[in-house]
Amino acid sequence: MKEEIIIAGFGGQGVLSMGKILAYSGLMEGKEVTWMPAYGPEQRGGTANVTVIVSDDRISSPILSKYDTAIILNQPSLDKFESKVKPGGVLIYDGYGITTPPTRQDIRIFRIDAMDEANERGMAKTFNMIVLGGLLKIRPIVCIDSVIQALRKTLPERHHKLIPMNEKAIHIGMDIIAPVTTEPATV
Amino acid sequence: MKGNEAIAHAAIRMGVDGYFGYPITPQSEVLETLAEQKPWETTGMVVLQAESELAAINMVYGGAGSGKMVMTSSSSPGVSLKQEGISYIAGAELPCLVVNVMRGGPGLGTIQPSQADYFQTTKGGGHGDYHVIALAPASVQEMADFVGLAFELAFKYRNPAMILADGVIGQMMEKVVLPDFRPRRTEEEIIDQCPWATTGCKGRRPNVITSLELDPATMEQRNLQLQAKYADIQARECRYEEIDCEDADYLIVAFGSCARIAQKAMEHAREEGIHVGLFRPITLWPFPSEALAARARQTRGILVVELNSGQMIEDVELAVRCSLPVEHFGRLGGIVPDPDEVVDALKQTFINPSLKTK
Repeated sequence: MKEEIIIAGFGGQGVLSMGKILAYSGLMEGKEVTWMPAYGPEQRGGTANVTVIVSDDRISSPILSKYDTAIILNQPSLDKFESKVKPGGVLIYDGYGITTPPTRQDIRIFRIDAMDEANERGMAKTFNMIVLGGLLKIRPIVCIDSVIQALRKTLPERHHKLIPMNEKAIHIGMDIIAPVTTEPATV
Repeated sequence: MKGNEAIAHAAIRMGVDGYFGYPITPQSEVLETLAEQKPWETTGMVVLQAESELAAINMVYGGAGSGKMVMTSSSSPGVSLKQEGISYIAGAELPCLVVNVMRGGPGLGTIQPSQADYFQTTKGGGHGDYHVIALAPASVQEMADFVGLAFELAFKYRNPAMILADGVIGQMMEKVVLPDFRPRRTEEEIIDQCPWATTGCKGRRPNVITSLELDPATMEQRNLQLQAKYADIQARECRYEEIDCEDADYLIVAFGSCARIAQKAMEHAREEGIHVGLFRPITLWPFPSEALAARARQTRGILVVELNSGQMIEDVELAVRCSLPVEHFGRLGGIVPDPDEVVDALKQTFINPSLKTK
């Protein structure tokens, strides 16, 4: 098994930490993982993205041309990465602020309105875990127990009390993600 | 963990005595991780943020003179500042480790990854006829492993060693197995193992550590001794890795992050029936010329892939001595190519040159 993933959005949305938790979850299952951020001023605003690879075998390049799965959290990232999903691959996007939705016919597209859901429930800080839940519903790359273990490992002890809320967020994400049928692009 | 974090953890575990640094992206996590781990409370390792890169490298010079395992780390502009000190340390024949997590230049440049310090690292950098032993890690695991290897070689030959990484290897996270804890050497062990060090000369003649020698005849002798040492290192310490080379018609030569990208490119190329192998120099100096020349004999062409405008390609050309075409593909200024770009470059260069775009 090998899953090549791009997660892209605004700085501050938890893009990098979501990727980190996913990579650690893979590690918990004894898999090979790489986590390669577009590092730099992104973390102070602007767009941020991270490439995560989870694999049974040794991973060659941490930098990729095409992805099995793209998780897209803003319009600039959609514009940049929609074309880079492999045919037959998966694109998951949050509809918040999306003015030009994806149009490809040869990939599976899902929408998860995690931003709205997180705000309505007063769970803004677990936004990225809602998205992660959505991903795991569609692509069960790692099991939820491994994610919880990964949270224990990556969060400082004083924040462990927040783990149940994160677990709840994952389940919310699994519930609210929905497939999208695209209209054929007008030529 | 990140490559930079692996360097810090490995340094603590290998019993390093002192780290002297100054923060600069993309390697600041080395100093940050050391500060977080507080090794001065456990192993007694000194961790010091110096007032500048110049101060840091000269603290390394001092520590190395007393036989301690000392190191510094920086990124390209910072390593340029350290070059004077590195030349002095090489001239005085002292062991130390310098880590360069390269970013794009010239000048202050960019904080994004680059491999444009190949010339600086392998062809001198500072003044005078000297070399540093240069190791190029291609994974987070090698970032950890090469700390121990660099110190082993540095002490074996009393010569500065450098880990030449780039922003990709420094910033990416991967699985890593850290080395076992090794206690720092005691004062007695240092006196025993480093009879040249300034360890207090009660009961023996003083050791003099200097790179200065005003008598040209003596200075020439010192240089000849250095050259003999470098020849010895070249004969014994070349390291490299070959992947899928047995049936290769074409060879990609790449180090560090580019070697990883090239591996993916090879997978794609092989799906299209192009038999391509990877030759990855692990030591950039000494450069594994003989092994590369031997491998090149079976192939029809070499593509050198670097994050620069063509630096290592000179050593590749010297190694194969015009026996086959050697071409270059590079991205500059902090841009990292994706695997498809490398495949396209390979095809345009060797398979179907008519595809070549201006």
